[in-house]
Amino acid sequence: MKFTLSWLKDHLDTEASVQTIVDTLTAIGLEVESVENAAEKLAPFTIAKVLTAERHPQADKLQVLTVDTGSGDAIQVVCGAPNARAGMKGVFGGPGAYVPGSDLTLKISAIRGVESRGMMCSVRELQLGDEHDGIISLPEDAPVGARYADWAGLDDPVIDVSVTPNRQDCMGVHGIARDLAAAGLGTLKPIAIAPIAASFACPIEIRIDDPKGCPAFFGRVVRGVRNGSSPAWLQQRLKAVGQRPISALVDMTNYVMLSYGRPLHVYDLAALKGAIVARKAHDGEEVLALNGKSYRLDATMTVIADDAGVHDIGGIMGGEHSGVTETTTDILIECAYFDPEAIARTGQKLTLTSDARTRFERGVDPAFLDTGIALATAMALELAGGEASEIVRVGTPPVPSKTVTYRPEQARTLGGLDVPEDRQQEILSRLGFGVATGERWTISVPSWRRDVDGAADIVEEVIRIEGLEKVASAPLPRAAGVARPTATAEQLLERKVRRTAAARGLNEAVTWSFIAEEEAAPFGGSPWVLANPISEELKAMRPSLLPGLLAAARRNIARGAGSIRLFEIGRRYLADGERSTLAFVLAGDRAARHWRTGKAQGFDAYDAKAEALAILAAAGAPVDNLQALGGAASVYHPGRSARLSLGPKNALAEFGELHPSSLKAFDLQGPVVAAEIFLDALPQKRGSSGHMRDAYRPPALQAVKRDFAFLVPEAVQAEALLRAVRGADKQAIAGVSLFDLFTGQGVPEGEKSLAIEVTLQPSEKSFTDEELKGISERIVAAAAKTGARLRD
Amino acid sequence: MASQTHEIDETTLLARIDAAPDMAALEAERVAALGKQGTITQLLKTMGQMSPEQRQAEGPRIHGLRERVTTAIADRKAALEAAALERKLATETLDMTLPAEPRLQGSVHPVSQVMDELAEIFADLGFSVATGPEIEDDWHNFTALNIPESHPARAMHDTFYFPDEDGAERKMLLRTHTSPVQIRTMVTQKPPIYIIAPGRTYRSDSDATHTPMFHQVEGLVIDRGIHMGHLKWTLETFLKAFFERDDIVLRLRPSYFPFTEPGAEVDVGFSIEKGKRVIGGSEGWMEVLGSGMVHPKVIAACGLDPDEWQGFAFGCGIDRLAMLKYGMDDLRAFFDGDLRWLKHYGFSALDVPTLSGGVGA
Repeated sequence: MKFTLSWLKDHLDTEASVQTIVDTLTAIGLEVESVENAAEKLAPFTIAKVLTAERHPQADKLQVLTVDTGSGDAIQVVCGAPNARAGMKGVFGGPGAYVPGSDLTLKISAIRGVESRGMMCSVRELQLGDEHDGIISLPEDAPVGARYADWAGLDDPVIDVSVTPNRQDCMGVHGIARDLAAAGLGTLKPIAIAPIAASFACPIEIRIDDPKGCPAFFGRVVRGVRNGSSPAWLQQRLKAVGQRPISALVDMTNYVMLSYGRPLHVYDLAALKGAIVARKAHDGEEVLALNGKSYRLDATMTVIADDAGVHDIGGIMGGEHSGVTETTTDILIECAYFDPEAIARTGQKLTLTSDARTRFERGVDPAFLDTGIALATAMALELAGGEASEIVRVGTPPVPSKTVTYRPEQARTLGGLDVPEDRQQEILSRLGFGVATGERWTISVPSWRRDVDGAADIVEEVIRIEGLEKVASAPLPRAAGVARPTATAEQLLERKVRRTAAARGLNEAVTWSFIAEEEAAPFGGSPWVLANPISEELKAMRPSLLPGLLAAARRNIARGAGSIRLFEIGRRYLADGERSTLAFVLAGDRAARHWRTGKAQGFDAYDAKAEALAILAAAGAPVDNLQALGGAASVYHPGRSARLSLGPKNALAEFGELHPSSLKAFDLQGPVVAAEIFLDALPQKRGSSGHMRDAYRPPALQAVKRDFAFLVPEAVQAEALLRAVRGADKQAIAGVSLFDLFTGQGVPEGEKSLAIEVTLQPSEKSFTDEELKGISERIVAAAAKTGARLRD
Repeated sequence: MASQTHEIDETTLLARIDAAPDMAALEAERVAALGKQGTITQLLKTMGQMSPEQRQAEGPRIHGLRERVTTAIADRKAALEAAALERKLATETLDMTLPAEPRLQGSVHPVSQVMDELAEIFADLGFSVATGPEIEDDWHNFTALNIPESHPARAMHDTFYFPDEDGAERKMLLRTHTSPVQIRTMVTQKPPIYIIAPGRTYRSDSDATHTPMFHQVEGLVIDRGIHMGHLKWTLETFLKAFFERDDIVLRLRPSYFPFTEPGAEVDVGFSIEKGKRVIGGSEGWMEVLGSGMVHPKVIAACGLDPDEWQGFAFGCGIDRLAMLKYGMDDLRAFFDGDLRWLKHYGFSALDVPTLSGGVGA
């Protein structure tokens, strides 16, 4: 909401400086976004007279002017404007002047060999409008040498206030003045309107067929208007706040709206046929609005129509057909009340915003219709002449009579500020509230404060005017002792795995929660696809964190990164919930070429497995019991991926090398390996019995190690053999590890050699040779069940 | 009978041992002196024929001589070995300037780090951490927060919606703020409530300073007798701890959030240091937080009695807090996964924020 200082002073009797006004506005909740004074910007520009204008010797389109700037000497200026001529007066900027519209600082220069010592400016160059057809032409009586901004009355700061949606009353200068007056910055000037005599009965029937959407419609005809341009003062004010002057009557409606927050509409009476009716639109009915666009309406929308059709999308935008023009002679002024919720819905459906909608959907003052139509009529008569009809008042505006019960100590108990009762009463009265004091106060809410309906609202009014900065800090009550642990189990888990991954050399990224639909497909698609995505790439809630990381990996490779280890902790979005997940992607070099290790090495699926297990271990998962089963997502290579599971159903993680088609889809060169750890699937820690650990009892006797080399069919998985061996003698065997895998010379075709080390732990006494032999035999027998035989 | 020890020139013998050039020469000396036929061995043998008086006089002298020679041989042996080892080592020199294998530089994302910092600070103030779904319904995201369907504030939120489900009462959307966690907490927990709720939030907005996904942290206190002074203290205390500066100045401005009454925007003072805005002082003001007393309608919508329970809530951008504290200037880079950026602005795994160590790693 923009207004100028002089405009404000029409409503507020004040001596306060601009700075005080601006500071106060922000302090009472009307945040000032900017203050601009065109006069400051345009200070170097003065009024000058063109003495001579000659054709530039080197250029057809340029002229060489001499201008009188009031300094005595004639100054030579090269000018490209077609309208420059001897004798005219315009606006001159000399060397050193900053031209805001062109963003340049003038200096003495030679233009096609002719020296130019300044510039005659256009409207656009001074940021006073869009016109750039020629230089500004001033009237004959403009005083040469005077500062242009002063002469043109531009010394009027424009204040831009951000009005929060609850404060419709401040969508007009008058309401802002009321708040400032309450804050002690002067006196609110009352609205003065001389009574306007009605010289004839209103010649058009006004009717409401949709009392819900439009509870009240006040109308009045003015006959015999001449709708020319509005006067300079009005144009200047509108332009200052960014409105385009159109014609006297249109400018009048905008001026009343900006001054009082009261939208109006003016119809060309000649364009109306029969009665004018506020009714629901018919489904499919169309109207060409004043913005030049056509809108298709439906039966939920309130319109103003005549016998021929719709003339106005009620409370949002007028129609082109019945808008006033230069030739309009008779007008109908509409001052109506539209239901805020209905306006909001219609505006949202049509995606049509307007100054009127902004005000109506926030709820204009329902008690202001008479004043509004009086202000409009008075101004229409003043600007365009004519005579006014009687006012027709159809319907009843819903003026609420709201009262709020309030205890003055609530300023302290809720607002944290002790404000004396008489001061509270003064603040509320100045804001227009009626106060009946007592043990509990009964406060009547003014019709323009739709936002106030409880004691908390009254506290806010008192505190914001008294000064929020006066609220003193008060420490929260503090529990005895040191701070208690507050992290949730999920948070602790995420912290552990995050810092484990980072400590292992992985870099944490944060990628979008939404991905392209086709990226979700290899994970079974996304059950959550946005209806209004920002783009196709950011449309489906991710069922996996991998697509985001793979895209990040590709970007890093494009930037020349040699080795990529990215991880992310975030949610997968599944049909039945959001699941905490850690994913990582390893791409490029596992190790760059190095004098110790030789050539660069790529990643393989076992790197992914190692990282996944390390992270799972940090998370407290029973990694020794995990089985690597098939069936990982189709984004992985089917033969080089696995699910790490506790039993066949409960997968804690998936890892593997990416499928070549995934690489292609993400435009990556392989091999790329990845894993996802499903943090939500980790078994919950059982309730621990305090901090005490089991007693430390190291075995009394030293363990014995024995190696076995087995030949097994290629298809047998190492895990099957290890598991079998481990189970051969659960008492004696403390550990089994695989230390060699070999195929080739000496190993029959279709078989592989697996060498394992078995750790045997004696308990009471050392193993005898007999016992060791027995254990070995059991191991070989157990291995044989997987198809393994001892290698000779 | 003159002492036979005089037949051996001890000084010359010791000098020869000391000068033995290698192990073989030293061994020859040892055999010559201490071997079966060695001079000192012979001498020892003479003792058997001595009279007790003679033995008493000569014995210590002979044993002394044997011991000095034995020690001299051992010393020379050690010296020769040391010299040999030194010569061997001299041939084993490697170029110690050759580069070691590169170490991996893992990192924690600044958003995660700041979330940990927040949890640490607020734990000390007695706030626990709460979470909620990012795919929300419009009741939790708007209606319960006193933002009815036609409210202009709904339109201002640039909400991402999911398609309407047939028969579904509530519209599903991506939460536009962390405030629905307030509702979920108040509905399920009995006051007093002291929580923060960090997490991802979404708005359909994308330009230099807005990304369609960002991070927010919500704070909520519901207790008896809580007023705006407590809100102000909490925010001051939090920001002082977070920025680790005592000259943090706050400016509360009345503002409007449908779910608070009174509502306030919070500006924090900044000063210019080396051409950059630094939090602290009051050369200028920067908006960092939205806050206010929880609206009685919101408390009532959660099934609590607003005459008994009141409190405050605040919300603030985590990405923005990170930028203000650590100096990043482009929000979009947070979500790009550029390794160079992650390594530059990220944190070491061991930079765990603690109150005793300082929350700013």
